[in-house]
Amino acid sequence: MGIQWRRTQLTSVVLLLALLCGTGNAPASTPLYDQLGGEQGVVAIVDQFLAKLADDQRINHFFAETNLKRFREKLIEQFCALSGGPCTYTGDSMQQSHAGMGVNHAAFNALVEDLIEAMEHCKIATGAQNRLLALLAPMHKDIIEKP
Amino acid sequence: MTGLMKRKQRRCWSLVSGVLFNVLCMAAQADPLPNNSRILATGGATQIEGQAGGGIVPWAVLAGYGSSDEVGASGFYTHVDLKDYSLNAFGVAVSFDNRIELSLARQEFDLGTLGKALGVPDKQLRQNIFGMKLRLYGDLIYGPLPQFAFGMQYKNNLDFGIPSAVGARHSDDADFYLSAAKLWLAGPFDRNVFANITLRYTRANQGGLLGFGGDRGDSREVMFESALGVFLTRYIAIGAEYRQQPDKLGFSPQSDWFDAFIGVFPNKHVALVAAYADLGTVATLPDQRGWYLSLQLAF
Repeated sequence: MGIQWRRTQLTSVVLLLALLCGTGNAPASTPLYDQLGGEQGVVAIVDQFLAKLADDQRINHFFAETNLKRFREKLIEQFCALSGGPCTYTGDSMQQSHAGMGVNHAAFNALVEDLIEAMEHCKIATGAQNRLLALLAPMHKDIIEKP
Repeated sequence: MTGLMKRKQRRCWSLVSGVLFNVLCMAAQADPLPNNSRILATGGATQIEGQAGGGIVPWAVLAGYGSSDEVGASGFYTHVDLKDYSLNAFGVAVSFDNRIELSLARQEFDLGTLGKALGVPDKQLRQNIFGMKLRLYGDLIYGPLPQFAFGMQYKNNLDFGIPSAVGARHSDDADFYLSAAKLWLAGPFDRNVFANITLRYTRANQGGLLGFGGDRGDSREVMFESALGVFLTRYIAIGAEYRQQPDKLGFSPQSDWFDAFIGVFPNKHVALVAAYADLGTVATLPDQRGWYLSLQLAF
């Protein structure tokens, strides 16, 4: 009984700590932009990402009429700005750029997977991958048609 | 139970398993691309009762990798080797639209020396489990709130001799639970961290292997279950689980369950879980600790 109770307490404490850590500030570390490899690194990730998107039959139809040159430019800008690089995002809001596209959860997940694979291909460290994904994740609600 | 009821139940089982098998085949034959959009490991492993989860706790996630308008499916085999017992479990699960999950599982619990000690010939306790899980709200990764699910496990104990002899009241029964799961991207050390809490309404003895209800009470109680883990990489997660247990049988106290696990997800078709499990006292025999190994194949 005593041991069981201690276990319950331990589990609660660990859960609580996890919640606190999960919502707290990450310890000061290298700027994400540098972890991604700076300008060169971000460009390489975006190019790899675009290649994956073009090959992905689940979602490449979404980009059939996209101006790819502009899309690439704005993506680089966006990743650079988000990760703390010396850029300003000048593209449309996520809401504007995805309006009427009918992006569902499956398409969104497929896109995230392509981005992860692009980062893997560029040998981005797991922690840096997670940081970029965490910065992009809140856009989910502006991109998905039915949240 | 009368023979007629048993026959009916058997027919029902074969019908359900037939339907599930067909769905699984359809899922396997379908073009693999449109049916696996969810991110790696978000279908979890298969817990011991056949539902998407960890090892001993069902989580709020759904089996396979199907996202909206997609089908996901998985099969699993688990072996647990304890000091005096061992358990084999296997089954299949299928999910639709990342909304509803149906599962079928069989557990076979080898009694080791217990049958002899109790003076009964039975060497095994077996049960079939039909599971249903409904995602109520939310997404595991996106949005500030966790993903919520409601789940049910209907269990039918096939060897009720020993459970009945030690005081269990029912050979079949259902557990109901509410579950919430959340994954935080880039948590401590920039690692992805996940937590799950499940509140189960149950009167199962040792998960139903020793029947349901007993001489110490026949009403269901709310039991607390939890899981906590961290992804070291996108392929490897470590964590621990806790599962509180009701205590309905006077012949032996029932301990809460605990496990610590490592899960490996090399790709979306295979998941391998190794764990150290501590089930405490099981049917009078103390210190039931040992290894847990589980293989999951997903389509």
